[in-house]
Amino acid sequence: MERNSQLHRQVALMRQSLFDQGYLDEQFVQLEELQDDANPNFVEEVVTLYYRDSARLIASIEQALDKSPLDFNKLDSYMHQFKGSSSSIGGRKVKAECAQFREYCRAGNGEG
Amino acid sequence: MGMAAAESRFHVLAVDDNIIDRKLIERLLKTSSYQVTTVDSGSKALEFLGLHEDDRSNSVSPSISTNNHHQELEVNLIITDYCMPGMTGYDLLKKIKESSSLRDIPVVIMSSENVPARISRCLEEGAEEFFLKPVRKSDLNRLRPHVMKAVSKDQKQEKHEEEKQEEKEIKSQKHQEQQQQQHQQQLSPRPSGNSKRKAMEENLSPDRTRPRYSDIAAVV
Repeated sequence: MERNSQLHRQVALMRQSLFDQGYLDEQFVQLEELQDDANPNFVEEVVTLYYRDSARLIASIEQALDKSPLDFNKLDSYMHQFKGSSSSIGGRKVKAECAQFREYCRAGNGEG
Repeated sequence: MGMAAAESRFHVLAVDDNIIDRKLIERLLKTSSYQVTTVDSGSKALEFLGLHEDDRSNSVSPSISTNNHHQELEVNLIITDYCMPGMTGYDLLKKIKESSSLRDIPVVIMSSENVPARISRCLEEGAEEFFLKPVRKSDLNRLRPHVMKAVSKDQKQEKHEEEKQEEKEIKSQKHQEQQQQQHQQQLSPRPSGNSKRKAMEENLSPDRTRPRYSDIAAVV
């Protein structure tokens, strides 16, 4: 029982630091609030979906980045999806990076 | 009210190409006690809506995820993403409003981008509300009046068709007054123009009911 509460504390601290460091924002709390006894794994399910979906998107993006010349429209479209998903789960930092990436796309900035 | 058992469980059709958003909106709607069907495109949405137009007489089973199978699968509200490949939410909205059988179903548009021109265009085309993503539980409270309004219209029609005119006319009148009163109470503090303005003002003023993420970070 002692170990259990220790683990709980650790998880709570990790969670808090994700917020403090700006990785997560309030939307994540919204997700947590949607979880209840009838749906105890909601957050886990969503995040798992997110990882799988993101991995797929990142692979597509990497492929697109290998092409020459760069198809900025395609990249922008991938980023739009990625940004949308990240925003929906509260992935604040990723969302910001996506926004930055899209700026580069719109400017046709391949170096960025 | 004395109607069928399905009356208090409204059915929402949610359309979004993003799997995360579909999962989120599904959970949000279920939490608010709606029945939900999700589809990933406008064309699938139309297919679903077209299919159970016939469903009342035939028994065609749609190959789309739904959490319930009723004989009469009515859709009481459609909520759709704006940015989708192929048919956008706006295109879908137009098609629905152009259809004589579907145009009475209230439609709500969601978007991750706050573009005032886009918002006004959707509202002008007949969308009831425009939600900014990510959608929250509190946003869903704005759905109720639209669903109730549409359903009470249906109820009125059915009553005239099915039951004795004289008796039911009195009953449905009373019902209407109540609905109107409730509806007015809900409307007067927040005229529908407000939802449009709210979304547009987000860009202009930092003063919002929803706390800004950057504000929270700044305080820390």
